Amino acid sequence: MRNLFKIAIRNLLRYKRRTLMTASLITIGVVFVLAYISIAGSFKNMMVAQITDSSLGHLQVHRKGYMAAVESLPLNMNLKPRPYKILEDTLKSQPEVEAYSPRIRFGGMFSNFVETTSIRLNGVYPDREFKTTPLLPTRIIKGEKHLNRGEILVPELLSVGMGVKPGDAIVIVTTNKDGSVNGKQFKVSGILESAQGPGGRDGYINFEDAMEVLRMEEVEVSEVAIRIKDFSQESAFTKKLIGLLGKELNQKGKPIFDVHSWEKLSPFYNIAQMIDVMSIFVKVMLVAIVLISIMNVMIMAVYERVREIGTIAAIGTLPKKILAMFVIEGFSLGVLGVVIGNLIGLSIIFVLNLSGITFDFGRQTGLILRATIAPLDVVIISGIVILISVLASLQPAWKASRMEPIKALRHV
Amino acid sequence: MSLVIAKDITKNYQIGEVVIPAIRGLSFEIEPAAFVSFIGPSGSGKTTLLNLVGCLDKPTDGHLTVAGADVSTFTQKKGAGFRGEHIGFIFQDFNLLPVLTVYENIEYPLIMVQNVPAPERRERIQRLLDAVGMLDQKDKYPDQISGGQKQRVAIARALVTHPKLVLADEPTANLDSKTAHTVIDLMKKMKNELKTTFIFSTHDTKIVGEAEIIYVLEDGQLVSRNVQGGNNNA
Repeated sequence: MRNLFKIAIRNLLRYKRRTLMTASLITIGVVFVLAYISIAGSFKNMMVAQITDSSLGHLQVHRKGYMAAVESLPLNMNLKPRPYKILEDTLKSQPEVEAYSPRIRFGGMFSNFVETTSIRLNGVYPDREFKTTPLLPTRIIKGEKHLNRGEILVPELLSVGMGVKPGDAIVIVTTNKDGSVNGKQFKVSGILESAQGPGGRDGYINFEDAMEVLRMEEVEVSEVAIRIKDFSQESAFTKKLIGLLGKELNQKGKPIFDVHSWEKLSPFYNIAQMIDVMSIFVKVMLVAIVLISIMNVMIMAVYERVREIGTIAAIGTLPKKILAMFVIEGFSLGVLGVVIGNLIGLSIIFVLNLSGITFDFGRQTGLILRATIAPLDVVIISGIVILISVLASLQPAWKASRMEPIKALRHV
Repeated sequence: MSLVIAKDITKNYQIGEVVIPAIRGLSFEIEPAAFVSFIGPSGSGKTTLLNLVGCLDKPTDGHLTVAGADVSTFTQKKGAGFRGEHIGFIFQDFNLLPVLTVYENIEYPLIMVQNVPAPERRERIQRLLDAVGMLDQKDKYPDQISGGQKQRVAIARALVTHPKLVLADEPTANLDSKTAHTVIDLMKKMKNELKTTFIFSTHDTKIVGEAEIIYVLEDGQLVSRNVQGGNNNA
């Protein structure tokens, strides 16, 4: 095997310019793919993190049918104490769950005593909400980063439109599920920056305040946002939770709960999917580059060395060794391109991170691009290139190994 | 027992619908450790005959036995294995591998064909390099040595596997007269030392006289068999 490699590498060195050009093509392809995947992947992950950690959570559980009517925030579709207890017990027993936060979502009127407008509110337990959506405190751009009883976090756009600032008093007026109207005065504790995704422009009050203003006698929740420890396991955990909660049926024998992952709740998921599809296209382009360039160079190599193939076949080299000789040549070319490509690609990623490039997304500005690539992705890309190099060499190598020595020796 | 036994062998080439006879019913026997030459004009069938004896091609008809094996039944793989084991080749154009040094060219069949252990490899190569007078050139590449030196390396490569038979197709055609004689003398010397059978084709009348047995071919037929200093048979 060592000798096969020696011969293959010397043959590559024999045509230095051609080897360099082919390896350069592969290198450019690998660099492009690494750079694209690291930037696009990081952009996607950052945006997903922004969405899930700012307001949405990794997944949410609602009463069955709630999401179909979510636009009207129906209070009569809240989870009652018994099903909520079932849900809470289930979540507490799951080791994957890092935190969860029950919410009462409702709409109301927001008054600064001069003018009035509509507002959507979340009644939350602040400590649990901050654990479930850890970027929520960072969205508080003015005021205190806490939410005590009697306080409200006002969305930025509303604060600008209504001219309110931290410390101001405002009134929330709402109707409960029975249709009776109630109002409560709040102190503005902070101004909340808008976030992408559903609920990103809602205000926040304390859970007990929400119960009070809605005249709730017992705990009812509109939704429970859940944060899991390992986001890569989100899909598996969603399936698990659907399985666990799917067993819980109401008196009519129908499921009580509906489990939604962030993908189903956020329109950004379609953009994320588009990024994934584009990544696949970029990888397919890399495969095509490697396949065509290696195949081309190996066909040339076989054509140019017909007499040499005839000679080694005549002196008794078995066809499988001739095949191996050319496949190893293609393999070595692929490895050369991959090694240089990885070195340059990873250096570019390092430089990109050093330069601190920023970008804007929606109303969020100055997001720093952190280009990262998982070691597994590097291994997979390298593996694909090397595998394609070997596959591309197979046909020319097969042709070489099947040559009749007598015809090959006559070749001019 | 004869090393090569040919009985009524014929070889036809089909080009389109035309059948061209290259060998027409040849019969001969070659004994071990013989130094044999096939001579004749271009197109007489010398190369075709050497290709048949070297298991590079199969006869259209007749029986051909080399080292006790009926070579006309060989598959590509079996033929390669047999050649690697029993036959050495010397080519008109030397056909050394350009990416290997002189030493590595001679070593090639021991590694890639016969799997000979390293210490034995070294010993065999050193001995042959010394015998062909190329010991001081062993680290050079083929493009750094002369034609005569290349052919000496080719002879060493052909002999390093200890073959029973060495086939040389026009081994001196690309060499000047003096070098040609040197190469033939070397082949003869190796034949005497190693008791290997040498069969070579040539139309160079200056070196024909070096052969012990000379077969003369014309139009694919054997027209005479001359034994140097001995019998002449048609």
